[in-house]
Amino acid sequence: MEDISFRHPARARASGTKRSAIVGVVASGNLEVLVERVLPDAECAVDIKTAAIGFGEVWSAVIGDFVERYSPGGLRFSINDGGARPDTVSLRLAQAVRLI
Amino acid sequence: MTSWQNNRAARDARIAAGAGLARGKLVKAQDVTRLLEAVIRPGDRVCLEGDNQKQADLLSRALLAVDLSRVKDLHMVQSGVVLPEHLDLFDRGVAKRLDYAYSGPQSARIARMLFGGKIELGAIHTYLELFARYFIDLTPQVALIAAVSADREGNLYTGPNTEDTPTVVEATAFKDGVVIAQVNEIVETVPRVDIPADRVHFIVKADKPFFVEPLFTRDPAAITEGQILTAMLAIKGVYAPYGVQRLNHGIGFSTAAIELLLPTFGERLGLKGRIATHFALNPHPALIPAIESGWVRQIHSFGSEVGMDDYIRARSDIYFTGPDGSLRSNRAFCQTAGLYAGDMFIGSTLQIDLQGNSSTITTSRIAGFGGAPNMGADARGRRHPSESWLKAGAEADPDGSPPMRRGRKLVVQIGETFGDKNVPLFVERLDAIELAEKLKLDLAPVMIYGDDVTHVVTEEGVANLLLCRTAQEREQAIRGVAGYTDVGRRRDHGMVSRLRERGVIRRPEDLGINPLDADRSLLAARSIKDLVRWSGGLYAPPSKFRNW
Repeated sequence: MEDISFRHPARARASGTKRSAIVGVVASGNLEVLVERVLPDAECAVDIKTAAIGFGEVWSAVIGDFVERYSPGGLRFSINDGGARPDTVSLRLAQAVRLI
Repeated sequence: MTSWQNNRAARDARIAAGAGLARGKLVKAQDVTRLLEAVIRPGDRVCLEGDNQKQADLLSRALLAVDLSRVKDLHMVQSGVVLPEHLDLFDRGVAKRLDYAYSGPQSARIARMLFGGKIELGAIHTYLELFARYFIDLTPQVALIAAVSADREGNLYTGPNTEDTPTVVEATAFKDGVVIAQVNEIVETVPRVDIPADRVHFIVKADKPFFVEPLFTRDPAAITEGQILTAMLAIKGVYAPYGVQRLNHGIGFSTAAIELLLPTFGERLGLKGRIATHFALNPHPALIPAIESGWVRQIHSFGSEVGMDDYIRARSDIYFTGPDGSLRSNRAFCQTAGLYAGDMFIGSTLQIDLQGNSSTITTSRIAGFGGAPNMGADARGRRHPSESWLKAGAEADPDGSPPMRRGRKLVVQIGETFGDKNVPLFVERLDAIELAEKLKLDLAPVMIYGDDVTHVVTEEGVANLLLCRTAQEREQAIRGVAGYTDVGRRRDHGMVSRLRERGVIRRPEDLGINPLDADRSLLAARSIKDLVRWSGGLYAPPSKFRNW
């Protein structure tokens, strides 16, 4: 297991009213994302526990693009990753933002 | 005096040597090895029928057991190296040289044996190319083939999995060769004559039916959202704008997703009857919902698929069937059909480089080519137009004079940017080049050459290579859909956004597709059981695909 964390400033507060939401499953090639509205509006945090070691650079690129595109201000994402492909990670993060 | 009929005399001598072991043409299973020792000479070119699916397994085992003082150093010319026995022949010294096309299940072992010098390799071919050489310089002296049944005269019924048999027999029997067939049963009258008796010299009844591998069944339950998104991009970004009606699909999950989206997503786009009407394709179970919904008019097949026999029989408007009602497949004709009468090939691969060259070969696995290079190549000899072919030709050469401008077949590579175990699809250099260096091959085993590829489709978007004007644009168009792979992350962002403005790269949002809509509920069937239901109970999946 490897733990990776990212803190990003966000342009705007994420829309929606729910306090938290969860998408995906912890399985090989998949991941579970818990999203909680617990941060100041201009901040976003992503904490990852992953089974795949050595993909830090890819995670950094995926999370950077995600924050840029969806501006998820105020949200903290906790990811349990079972070695999902980057496109699956992007999709689950987008689903989490929609759900909350 | 010069004799001009030496080969015929030699063939007659071989048959006479074997006749002592036969009653009429019938040879008992326990005598087959002795028959092969009588008929085959050291150094002979032998086709041991190993197709994509159907295997002459009894004859393989019999050949493996021959006395090496009588039969050795054979030159095997066969399309599929599939059974362990096919390679055991080389380990034992029964065979020495190999010309072949496909080695899927034996890909790791054949690589080790090639590196170890156990096999003297002629070349790795495409199916059509190897068949062509059967008639020019690789004509078999002996063909060992597989059929469903035979009558006492030797007429053969090869059934739904006819595959390569007519081609192998044609080349062997009409050039003074000997044809030996294993059959599942001897009958009074065969259901239909696939191979006439005068081309067959010996028949052996096998103790159990020949082995057939279900290669084309993809369980819809295993299709991911990423594959669904990629399939949506392909339908809206390639099938629709070109109006592709005549095509071949690869066997991967991405194309299975396309097949299952036609009656749902495709229907909503109003594409029924406009795309995907005529196929050169094996009987893919995943296409059942599209057939039942009236999308498909006609399918010609290379081979059959386990469990599809009753469905095919009941849908003879769609498939090619014999007077007995069962499927007649023919690999050589279907490959020719896909090459010359198809407007598109779409399939996946293991590696794509920066010029769009693709390969399924890695340094430890040599899977061969099969038919993909023929499906996935622009036929330079084609002369008939179609909407799709002309439009693709015009995109590649907008300033050319229309009556003198060649069209282009669409050759589409589809896949997710990361494959199994997060291995990237895109690479700077193909493993095939390293392999060619290690084996000292003159030619790297490239599946599809980059200059034939017209589109690359991934979950990140569609790259239209026909619209690229320089090698640099081509490279950036490929990097621009390569996602988070190293190749994708090293893109020139400025150039990629200019390519996007020109429509060379199209993102999901450029095509009006929201990635969040890529949901499994879009699949017309979400399980094998759903496929059985769509078929009205006619599709009978093999047990390994049943979970009910």
